Amino acid sequence: MVADEASLLERLRKRDEVAYEEFVRGHTGRMLNVARRMLRTEEDARDAVQEAFVNAFRGLDDFGGKAKLSTWLHHIVVNACLMRLRTRRRKPEGSFDDLLPRFYEDGHRIDPEPAWRSIGPDPVEQRELRTRVRAAIDQLPEIYRSALLLRDIEGLDTAEAAATLGIAQEALKMRVHRARQALRTLLDPFYTEQAA
Amino acid sequence: MSAAPLLTCEELLDFIAAYLDDELSPEERERFETHLSVCQACVDYLDSYRETMRATLLAYEGDDGVPDSVPEELVRAVLESRRR
Repeated sequence: MVADEASLLERLRKRDEVAYEEFVRGHTGRMLNVARRMLRTEEDARDAVQEAFVNAFRGLDDFGGKAKLSTWLHHIVVNACLMRLRTRRRKPEGSFDDLLPRFYEDGHRIDPEPAWRSIGPDPVEQRELRTRVRAAIDQLPEIYRSALLLRDIEGLDTAEAAATLGIAQEALKMRVHRARQALRTLLDPFYTEQAA
Repeated sequence: MSAAPLLTCEELLDFIAAYLDDELSPEERERFETHLSVCQACVDYLDSYRETMRATLLAYEGDDGVPDSVPEELVRAVLESRRR
């Protein structure tokens, strides 16, 4: 931990009001970005950040200081978001299998799609792609969406993401793979339009 | 000793993530790449799977920094919640 952080942590543990404000102002923006990526509404994202700070305040005395404060807070806000997602009604997952590739009994693909064209640097195309990808990720059932967000967007490694979700590493890998496959299917019309 | 049978398309698709993470054994990798050398549909699928991962990253690129403005009411609410 850098000296500035060590000093801030010491002041926080002494219940210094100025330090609390510095701490909150310094980290709210990044935490809100994480929550906005993980949750579907601004209201939920702000509530999750607030909950995360409450948990962080409670945990300050136990924070060992081995990690950076920002890394520790990232874990806390991710967990706060996951808690909120778990309390949401689950979307029916029956149609999810329709987003996965289908095969004949001999293992050949039933309906292979044409090749995709890669999207170039054109800002309009890039903006459209961002919108399409975010919308497609939001369509995924929560267990797949969470796995994909933690692994491919928040950048957690397999072990960290599995531990955060409380599942085995093999299960995490399977969810991420299926999420990418489903996302690929959802994006296929966009890339096919681009190739036409 | 006879050569291992060619992977099916279904098996290849199951192995994609492990292939990209470099987690296949040399033998599995060879079988994977042998299948790719004879199956254009799987080459296209692998390319689109990679593109999906790239697009996912791109969709959230630039979201890691501090936003230009942090909602003041949120900061106030957080500070207030600590005092309660």
